[in-house]
This record gives sequence, structure tokens and C-alpha cells, in this order.
Amino acid sequence: MGKRSVIPFGPQHPVLPEPIHLDLVIEDERVIEAIPSVGFVHRGLESLVDKRDFNQMTYVAERTCGICSFQHGMGYCEAVEHIFDVDIPIRAKFLRTIWAELGRMHSHLLWLGLLADAFGYENLFYQAWRIREKVLDMIEMTTGARLIFSVNKVGGVIKDITADQLRIIDGTVTEVEAELRDLEQVFLEDSTVKSRLVGIGILTKEQAHDLGCCGPVARASGISCDMRRLGYAAYSMLDLEPVVATEGDCFARCKCRLYEVYQSVDLIRQAITKMPKEQELAVPVKGNPNGEYFMRLEQPRGEAYYYVKGSGKPFIDRLRIRTPTFANLPGLCEMLKNTELSDVGLLVVTIDPCISCTER
Amino acid sequence: MTNLGLKNEIREIPVENLLNEVLVLKKQGMRLSQACAAYINEKFELSYSFSDDAAYELINLRVVIDPQTQVPSITELIPQAVFYENEMKEIFGVKIEMISLDYENKLYRIKQTAPLGPKQETEVKA
Repeated sequence: MGKRSVIPFGPQHPVLPEPIHLDLVIEDERVIEAIPSVGFVHRGLESLVDKRDFNQMTYVAERTCGICSFQHGMGYCEAVEHIFDVDIPIRAKFLRTIWAELGRMHSHLLWLGLLADAFGYENLFYQAWRIREKVLDMIEMTTGARLIFSVNKVGGVIKDITADQLRIIDGTVTEVEAELRDLEQVFLEDSTVKSRLVGIGILTKEQAHDLGCCGPVARASGISCDMRRLGYAAYSMLDLEPVVATEGDCFARCKCRLYEVYQSVDLIRQAITKMPKEQELAVPVKGNPNGEYFMRLEQPRGEAYYYVKGSGKPFIDRLRIRTPTFANLPGLCEMLKNTELSDVGLLVVTIDPCISCTER
Repeated sequence: MTNLGLKNEIREIPVENLLNEVLVLKKQGMRLSQACAAYINEKFELSYSFSDDAAYELINLRVVIDPQTQVPSITELIPQAVFYENEMKEIFGVKIEMISLDYENKLYRIKQTAPLGPKQETEVKA
């Protein structure tokens, strides 16, 4: 038995995209235990319910995260719409679905680049982010912004996507798919990549369930669960099967996210085909929310919660946002046990951590 | 076509039954997917959400208590609840007993004590 010591890891570390601190209990070069610590970027967004009315809170919810901002806004709006018991126009549902999937594509491509960077493959990192630019361009073309879309409102959406823009989106996602097929060869076949990912940080199906993991982290461990199957937005009108792997290691998490980009391409094509041509973009919502609802949706990083409670006043009583990284932190601690110290950075990246939205 | 998870239930229970109810749902194979607090009308409303990953059903256990009431930690049954319970304690001032890993109000490193809890307890940490 080697000598035990504790190494502080983060919040500032070259491989960490966001600030999280880990106290790593190590024996020689092997991690025995990891105790996480957050709280470096807590913003108290949920407390703004006292200062912003329920419509303005849509934009506050969006600012929970820069990467999945659209889905935060959509989750909040869907929760409030459930309380009002309003059904938004079908075209608005499809528009939300298209933007949500574009958001998922750019998030997963961003993550694939970060993963490549974490295992030291700079060229692959640049290639993944180069492809991501095309997705961001589509988002900018349709919303006017690249990250914070601000197109959701309670009752629907505020912008439409024209027929010409839909044709451009259809063509561009086809290009993205083809270019990612080339990169797929490297991510899934290259021996140097495999040597860093295969068999590292294994999380079994039972562990993933018991630790409350969600999203690609859970699906890579064999849990076939994808909140899009709840049927929110237009997902009830689309064909969708969760992307699942069984190995539970870093490689499986990479594979799941990569295949989910293709799945997003397929969902966008389905949505473009099935979307009604001309329709209102929103329905009027009168009064103030009176009631409560737990909304769940599938963000790029996994299942997110939006709990909204109102009592008939313009200012809601409570907004609670539970982000996927919050749920995946216990899983990360389990993955880190019995791994080499040199793999810690890589393992943190494989849960696709978003600490800013975890702390809100 | 997908449209699952129609069950989205809020089940109010007394605080004394919390551990029993959590144990029952855990034995049914449900996953603790969220827990949170709210301070409304001078009461704490604690919600523990359990998901069925196969049927996409959601059961929310609701405990309504006075701010002074002690709440048992569920971390002995579900260790991953540790972050949820530390958040309830630090942000709202919920009195939770025996959290397996108690961050002692330093999870979020904020200056105020229980900023969203009862106003009389809001104070700046030393």
C-alpha cells in the first residue's frame, strides 16, 4: 500500500472548461476518492423571481447557460404554459424543436472538440469546432444571435424560420453530417484516441442508476432514457429512439454524443418535413400563473428540471432549475475512483460539465 | 411517435413518513432525479422527485414544514442526495439532520446565510 495524499485539482486547471474543485485522495498515482466542491460562479439567478415578472423570467432562465440557453428558455416557458394550460401553435412547437436540435448539435460538437483537446489531439479539436461554426451560422441566420437565442416567449416563439432558411438548414445539416462522418473515423477508429478512452472511467448501468446520472452519461452506461420521449415541443410527432451504449466508459460517452449529432440531423429533417406551412407563432396568454408544475426536458447534457410555482401574481413564487451536470456530479466521483491521476482531467470532461449552469 | 410520461404527480406526505416513502420508491427502482426547497407563506415546501426511467413517470414527494422543524437526511438511503440537501440547507436554511457529507454552508460560497429562507434568519456570514 502506497502513501496516501490529497491533491487539490481545479478550479483553475488547463483542462477544465469551467471552475470545479476536486480534492483527490491519491495513493501513489491512483485516485482513491474525489470530493467535489463548487460555488465559484454562483449567481443566484433563481432569486430574481422577486424582481422580474414571469414573462421577463424567460430571459433570465435563458442566461442560466451560454451553451444550452435556448433549452433553458424553452423549459421555463413549457412549465409556465402547463400552469396556464395553453396549447401553443404547432408551428411554434416545430420551431422550438429545430432550434433545440441545432443547440444540441453545436453543444455536442463543442464537447467533441474539448474531448479531443483533453487527450491532446489539437487537429481534431479544430476540426470539430470548424464544423460547429456552420451550426452557429444557422442559428445566427434564424435568430440573430449565436448563443443566447431569445426567441422563446410564454405562449410560443417570437420569430419564424422562412422557407428559404429551412432549405439552407436542410442543406447545411447534410454537410455537417458528411463532414462529421469523416471525423467519426478518427474519434471511433484511431488507435491513439482509443488508447485514451476505452476502458477508462467505467460506470456500470446499476451505478449510473443509483447515482442518479442522466443524459449521455446514463445512456453510455446502458440506460435507455431520453426525456425527448416525453413528447414536449414537437417531439411527440417525430420518430426518436435513445442512442444507447453499454460499455459505460469514456469511449461509450464519446460514441453516444457523436451519434446524437446524427440523430439531431434526422430530427431536424423530420421537423422540416412535418412542420405546417403557415400558422401563428404564439397564442395570447392572459393573467398570471397560478399553480405549479415540474417540467422535464432533454438538454444536450441530459435531463433538466424546471419547477415553477405561481400564486396568481405577476411575480412567480419559485423557479427551480436543476441542470444535468448537478445530477452527474455523483457519477463523476464514482468514475474517478481507481483511475490514474493523469486521466482525471479527461474524466471530468467526459461528463460534459457545465458548472455555471449547475450553480445558476 | 413518442409521447410518454403522462404521470406527473405531487404527493404530499408528513415529514415523519419521508424516509419510509423514499425507501418504498427506491425499492420500486425509481431514481431520485431532483430535490428542492421553496419558502412560501412562512413554510418550507420540500420536493423530492423520483423518475421511472422506463415509463418516464414522475412522482414528487412533497413535505410542508415550519422553518424550525428538523428534517431527516435521505443520504443514508440515497447517497447522491448530498448536493440537493446541502443546497436546501445553505440557500433556504432548511434544518436537515445527518447529511452524509455536510458542506457546512460552503457549497456555494455565498456571503449571506439562507438568502431565500425566512427573512429574520438572513444575515451576512462572518
